[in-house]
Amino acid sequence: MHRKTIDVWVGLFVLLGLAALMFLALKAGNMSTLSFGKTYAITGKFDNIGGLKPQAPVKSAGVVVGRVGDIKFDDKSYQALVTLDLETGYKFPKDSSLKILTAGLLGEQYIGIEPGGDTNNLVAGDRISRTQSAAVLEDLINQFIYSKAADGKDSSK
Amino acid sequence: MIADFLAAIGRTLREAIASVGFATRAFFNLLGVSPGAMRRPGLISEQIHFIGNYSLVIIIVSGLFVGMVLGLQGYYTLTPYGAEQKLGQVVALALVRELGPVVTALLFAGRAGTSLTAQIGLMKAGEQLSAMEMMAINPVQRVLAPRFWAGVIAMPVLATVFSAVGIVGGYLVGVQLIGVDEGAFWSQMQANVDVRADVINGVIKSFVFGVAVTFTALHQGYQAQPTPEDVSRATTRTVVIASLLVWGLDFVLTALMFNK
Repeated sequence: MHRKTIDVWVGLFVLLGLAALMFLALKAGNMSTLSFGKTYAITGKFDNIGGLKPQAPVKSAGVVVGRVGDIKFDDKSYQALVTLDLETGYKFPKDSSLKILTAGLLGEQYIGIEPGGDTNNLVAGDRISRTQSAAVLEDLINQFIYSKAADGKDSSK
Repeated sequence: MIADFLAAIGRTLREAIASVGFATRAFFNLLGVSPGAMRRPGLISEQIHFIGNYSLVIIIVSGLFVGMVLGLQGYYTLTPYGAEQKLGQVVALALVRELGPVVTALLFAGRAGTSLTAQIGLMKAGEQLSAMEMMAINPVQRVLAPRFWAGVIAMPVLATVFSAVGIVGGYLVGVQLIGVDEGAFWSQMQANVDVRADVINGVIKSFVFGVAVTFTALHQGYQAQPTPEDVSRATTRTVVIASLLVWGLDFVLTALMFNK
């Protein structure tokens, strides 16, 4: 076959591969939701992070405003130290609070950030002190069983 | 008697080690002459056309059917838990992480690897390679290296096409035929397939498999005795060794990549 014809077919072959990669990245993967914009990092300490993982979304009012950056264990306070990368476009008051929430009953865990009323905004490096840990299913069941048991004692009296 | 038996074990082991060492040296020799082969990209693109373009049809058809079967089986397994919306995630992760690179590598060994082995083996049997050496042309640089790099380039492309077509196959069966909700299918997929951890790692896998399969095919062809019987045996060895290499490498790579 003519050299140029072969080159055209090889070019088409490689382009097909690139198109397939774009399809995988954009339609099947999370490329379209990944943000490459600038972020600022804030930290928060949690008693228990449950199943939270790096890259989990940070949401406010259901909208993704950032990602979980880094999760470390602090052996001074025995708490989990979570770094959040918030998009620079979104500002939150200094006294905002963090909650670890679960999407659906058994879904992935994410961090909800609830804005407070302070007039000053969070800046890079700030630490949020008001945090609420993940709801661990075993603890919930234990609480439920204890409260049931307590109810049973009351009614038998 | 016992000494003969022990000698047989020892000889087998020694030959196995020698062949591994031989293959390693051939591999580095191939890499060493590659810069020279890169100076003639026309040869590589000719081989990509031969290895890659002609493999596209079987890759696309296989990918489509693997995706469709995944969609069907995944649906039957997920429905009892009311989790059929996770179908998109199941299909996409299975294809991108494992089935895309592995099945493509096996098909590639059968479709392209065998033809490379037979080609090189026959060139050797016809003393074409010796003739090249007589003309002071290094056959490793002129014949093996362009085929090697063509295979290494073609394999990730084919694996990516396989995964993409497979996802379309899963979509056709899951959404169009069975009626899983289309929005949930794609959004569950997007929420759980990570570009870096899954898609890129899959491409890296297919690249490694491309190196392993193409090199095995070329090495077997180059080492074949110049007889019809041994060229045919070399072709069989290519498929067997390349497939076993792919399984072994896949286990190691999966353990390294997805260990969180």
